[in-house]
Amino acid sequence: MSKTTVIATPGVPQAIVTREFDAPRDLVFRAWTEPELLRQWLGPRKYQMTIERWDLRDGGSYRYTHSDDAGNVHAFHGVFHGDASPDQMVQTFEYEGYPGHVSFDTLTLEDRDGRTLVRTNSLFQSVEDRDGMIDNGMTEGMDEGFDRLDELLAGMLARA
Amino acid sequence: MMIDSLDAVFGALADPTRRAILARLTEGDANVAELAAPFQVSQPAISRHLKVLEGAGLISRRRQATARLSHLEPDPLREATDWLDRYRQFWEERYEALDSLLERLQQQAPPSADKARNESKGRQRP
Repeated sequence: MSKTTVIATPGVPQAIVTREFDAPRDLVFRAWTEPELLRQWLGPRKYQMTIERWDLRDGGSYRYTHSDDAGNVHAFHGVFHGDASPDQMVQTFEYEGYPGHVSFDTLTLEDRDGRTLVRTNSLFQSVEDRDGMIDNGMTEGMDEGFDRLDELLAGMLARA
Repeated sequence: MMIDSLDAVFGALADPTRRAILARLTEGDANVAELAAPFQVSQPAISRHLKVLEGAGLISRRRQATARLSHLEPDPLREATDWLDRYRQFWEERYEALDSLLERLQQQAPPSADKARNESKGRQRP
């Protein structure tokens, strides 16, 4: 069962993703802001995520890459704005394979009785940029879906 | 699906009257007068909405005797919702990895003295 919700209003260059986590707010914030923890979940499974730079200060910048066994490397970078806190973490985001198309992302963490509601609000430069981002995500998500199916089938065959 | 056509689909769906027209067409084909009946708008206004829906590929229209019937075309709608669903799936996969990480972190962290005290009194959560 999937718990993630997406709001992408037609004609508005924005996407809001919300999801509740069964962990206290401070811990979720750490998982989002400590490179060693972030590395363990943000990258798509078939990629190795390497965080080259992570300066979580007002005006500090970050850069990370996703690389696979075939030598494909995708790099992303941006700048942090303001002092990051569980109330609000603001950053720009740019995929280097699509330079000049920058999104402005705001993360907010809300305490829900010991659980945490995570909300990411991404503002894009145009609806085309947003839809392009969603389309890229879609392709990758599909690949992962197929990977999982392969694993499942392999597991079933091994037991048979 | 191409981004341009997705844009047309979402643009067409942005209007409540057009969504209501699509809902009506799930019950079967209808002419302009039938589609206009539930609304406080003129038939020409409904015709303009139908033109937008047709442009987005959400309906097709054909003549039957003197009437022009609108017919729901479900495929673009299905593709549009698939598209959004895949974006959601993309994040859900990452968030499931985050779920596992958070679970591991909570198992590693010894409960603080405060938390242990609270638990000995029983949980206060509703």
